[in-house]
Amino acid sequence: MIAYLLKRLGIAIPTLLGVTIVVFALIRMIPGDPILNLLGERGASEEAYAEMRAQFGLDQPITTQYWLYLKGVVGGDLGTSIISRQPVAREFAERFPATLELGLCALVLSILVGIPLGVLAAVKRNSVFDYTLMTTSLVGYSMPIFWWGLILILFFSVRLGWTPVSGRLDLAYEVPAWSGFLLLDVWKTPEAWPAFQSALSHLILPAIALGTIPLAIVARMTRSSMLEVLGEDYMRTARAKGLSRGRIIFVHGLRNALVPVITVIGLMAGSIVTGAVLTETIFSWPGIGRWLVESVLARDYPVVQSAILLIALIVIAVNFVVDIAYAWANPRLRGAK
Amino acid sequence: MLGKSIILAALIAVTTGFISGASAAPSKTFVYCSEASPSTFNPQLATDGPTFNASAYTVYNRLLEFERGGTKILPSLAEKWETSKDGKTVTFKLRKGVQFQTTSTFKPTRAFNADDVLFTFFRMMKKDHPYNKVNGGIYEYFDSMEMGKLIKSIDKVDEHTVKFSLAQPDAPFLANMAMAFASILSAEYGEQLLKAKTPEKLDLEPVGTGPFVFKSYKKDSEIRFDANPNYFEGKSAIEKLVFAITKEPTVRIQKLKRGECSLIAEPPPADIKALRADPKLQVMEEAGLNVGYLAFNVEKAPFDKVDVRRAVAHALNRAAYLDAIYLGNATLAKNPIPPSMWSYNDKVVDYNYDIAKAKELLAKAGLANGFEATLWWIPVSRPYNPNGKKMAEMMQADLAKVGIKVNLVSFEWAAYLEKARKGEHQMILMGWIGDNGDPDNFLNMLLSCGAAKTGSNYSRWCDKGFEKLIDDAKVTPDQKKRSALYSDAQKIFKNEAPWVTLAHAKMYRAMDKNVDGFKISPFGTDSFYGVSLK
Repeated sequence: MIAYLLKRLGIAIPTLLGVTIVVFALIRMIPGDPILNLLGERGASEEAYAEMRAQFGLDQPITTQYWLYLKGVVGGDLGTSIISRQPVAREFAERFPATLELGLCALVLSILVGIPLGVLAAVKRNSVFDYTLMTTSLVGYSMPIFWWGLILILFFSVRLGWTPVSGRLDLAYEVPAWSGFLLLDVWKTPEAWPAFQSALSHLILPAIALGTIPLAIVARMTRSSMLEVLGEDYMRTARAKGLSRGRIIFVHGLRNALVPVITVIGLMAGSIVTGAVLTETIFSWPGIGRWLVESVLARDYPVVQSAILLIALIVIAVNFVVDIAYAWANPRLRGAK
Repeated sequence: MLGKSIILAALIAVTTGFISGASAAPSKTFVYCSEASPSTFNPQLATDGPTFNASAYTVYNRLLEFERGGTKILPSLAEKWETSKDGKTVTFKLRKGVQFQTTSTFKPTRAFNADDVLFTFFRMMKKDHPYNKVNGGIYEYFDSMEMGKLIKSIDKVDEHTVKFSLAQPDAPFLANMAMAFASILSAEYGEQLLKAKTPEKLDLEPVGTGPFVFKSYKKDSEIRFDANPNYFEGKSAIEKLVFAITKEPTVRIQKLKRGECSLIAEPPPADIKALRADPKLQVMEEAGLNVGYLAFNVEKAPFDKVDVRRAVAHALNRAAYLDAIYLGNATLAKNPIPPSMWSYNDKVVDYNYDIAKAKELLAKAGLANGFEATLWWIPVSRPYNPNGKKMAEMMQADLAKVGIKVNLVSFEWAAYLEKARKGEHQMILMGWIGDNGDPDNFLNMLLSCGAAKTGSNYSRWCDKGFEKLIDDAKVTPDQKKRSALYSDAQKIFKNEAPWVTLAHAKMYRAMDKNVDGFKISPFGTDSFYGVSLK
C-alpha cells in the first residue's frame, strides 16, 4: 500500500513540472502583451513601455523568466499579478473558498442524488423508471452548462422569484471573512439564521447547474456497476443465505459497485473546476474560475501560470485521496506494487 | 427530463421553504451594481473606471476637482491656485483643517497639509521614494503622460502652500491635477504602514479625505463604504455605500428590476428602451466625452493618398450606423472632439454620403477600378463602438459599392492593441474616452506626431501644420487663444482626413426611481457624493 502511494506521489512531481512548462509557454504563445493591455487605447512611449516591462521582468529572455518563475515556485513565491499587483497566492487563497464551497455542494448533490438513483435503476432494471432515468441522465450529461444555468435563472429567479439572480449573499448581511465558506461564516453574524438562508438560496442554483453533469455520470455509472455486481455469484449466495433485500443490495452489492464510481468521482473533481469557470461566470460567483478567464484575457502571465499550477496540484491531491479510497474499497489493490 | 425536473422542483421547494423574505438592505444603504472589480484601491496605479469609482471618487480628493457631471475645474483640497506669467510655475494654496479619515487601523494625528501633496507626487516621481516600488511601481497615467518629465520639482513653500515647477508651460496641467491619478494620499498613514512593515496596505486599505470611508472588500463580490462624518464639504446623505460587483450586464438589469441595485453601471444600449418603460425605474442620459472613428494607416498605400481617404469618407453611410450599431444612442461625429468640449469647431464641413463623389475621388487618385484593403474591427464592446463587427460588415457593404473590396480582420483585444501599435493595419476601428475635458487630451493624444510613436495615434498621421497648432495651444495659458488654435487644427484634420469620424455615444445610467441627485460624469465614471435616496 505504502509503496503504491509513494509511486503515485513520485509521478506527481514530473506532472507538475510539465504543467509549469506547458502553461508558461502557452500563455506566452498567444499574441498580446500584458503591458499594452494594461494601457488600453492609450499606449505609451517606447521608453515608458520598456520600463514597465522591466518592472515585471518581461524584458528578460524567456528561459531566464522561466527559471526565475520556477525558482520562485520552489521557494513558495508564486509571483505577483500584473493587474492587481498583489501576490498570486493571496489572490488565489481569497477566491478559492468560494469555488470550493460551490464545487463541494455540487459534488455532494451529485453523489447524494446520483447513487440512490443509480441503485434504484439497477434494481428495477428495464422498468419505466429505469428507462426514464437513463434517458434523463443522458440529457443531463450532454447539457451545456452555460445554457442550463441561464434557463435555471430565468425560470427560478426571474419567473418564479424563488432564488436570487446572482452573487453569494444578500448585501444586507455583513459577514466577516473567516473560513471563506459562507455557509459556515454566516454563523458568526448576529442574524445567523436568515443569513444562512440567504447564503443557501444563493448557492442552490449554481450548485444544480454545476452538479448536473456529475449527477448524470454518477447515476449511470452506479447503475451499470451495480448491474454487474448483482449478477455475481456471491450475490446469489447472499440471497440463498436468506439475507434481507436491503442488506444484499447495500452491503454486499453497493460497496463492491462503488469502486468504479469512486474513481469517476475523483476524476470529476477536475472537471468541476473547469465547469466552475462557466458556472461562476453566469452566476457572478466570485471564485477562481472567472478570475482565471479574466487573467488570460488580460495576459496576466503570473496569475495564469501559478493559478493553473495550483489547480493542477489540487486535482492531483484529490486523485491521490481517491486512490486511497479506492484501495480501501478494493483490498486487492493494497498489495499492488 | 421529467425525472430531473421533479428532483429540481423538490429541492428548490425544500430550500425555498425556509428561504423566504431575505430582509432588504436598510433604507440609507445605496447599492451600486458596478461592472467590474477594481484592480487596486489606489488610482495612481490604474487607468480603469472601476478602480477610479471605488477609490478616487469615494475615498480620495484631489487638489482640484471636476464639477459633478461636467468638466469645469473647481477648487478642492487646493482653495486657490496661481500660474506664473511664463506658465512654468503653478502655486497651490491648500485648504486648512481637512481631516484624513479614521479607520479601524488608522487614526490621523494631524490635518491635511503640504507634506501629503509631496508624498503623493514623490511616490510616482522619485525612484528612490520608499513607496515607489511598492505594489509594482507602475504609475500608468503618470508614466504614460510623461508627467515625470513635465514636473521638474515640487516645493513646500509653507505648511499650506505647494509650488510645482514645470519644464515647459503646459496649459492642460490644471486639468491633469483634477484627474483620478492625482488623488491625495496621507503621508502620515504611509509612515505608519512603513513602520509596521506593511507598505502594500497603502493601496489595499485606502485612507483619504473623501466623502466615503473604505470599510471592506470581498474579491469580485462587494465593496463597502461608510459616509465620512468629518468630510469637509459635509457628510454624505448616503450613510452606507455598497458596490455589488455584477459583471454580466443582463444580470445587472435583472437585479435592478428586483430592487437589489439602486443604480447600475453601463446598461447595454439595446435595453434602454425597456428600462425607460419600467415605471419603477429612471434612466439618465448625457452626451459622452468620447469619439468612435475609423483610422487609415497613412503609412500604407493607398491610404497615403488623401483623395483615397476622402473617397472612403464619402462612401460610408454613417447615418445608417447610428441606428444599427448605436440604436440611436449617439450623435454623428464630424470633429475628433465631442461638441460639448470647448474649442469644438462647428463650422467644419463634414464629408457627406455621396457615392458619385467617392468614385470621382478614387478616379482622381488613379484607382477608378477600386482596390482591395483590410479593415480591422474592434473586438470589445465600448461605449464609442458597441458592435465593431457589425459596423465593419456595414462598411464592407458600403465600400463594395465604390469598388473597394474590404477584408475584415480582428484579433482578441490584447493582440489587437499590440498589432495596431506596430501599425500592421490598413484601416482600423478605434475610439477614445476623454480623461480631463481638455482638447489636448484628444488632439494631442490621438493625432500628434509623438502619439504616432507611442501608439495612440492609430492613423500614424503626422502633419506639420496641425502639429504646430496643437503644440502652440499646449503652451498658451489663455483659453480663448487656445480655442482658436484648436479650432484651426480641426479644419486641417478634416481636410486631411486621417480618420473618418463616426459617432459620439451618449452615456446612460439606469436607477431606481428613489435615487435623487445623481449626475452622469462625461468621463464615464460614477461618484455618489451629493446623491440621496428619497
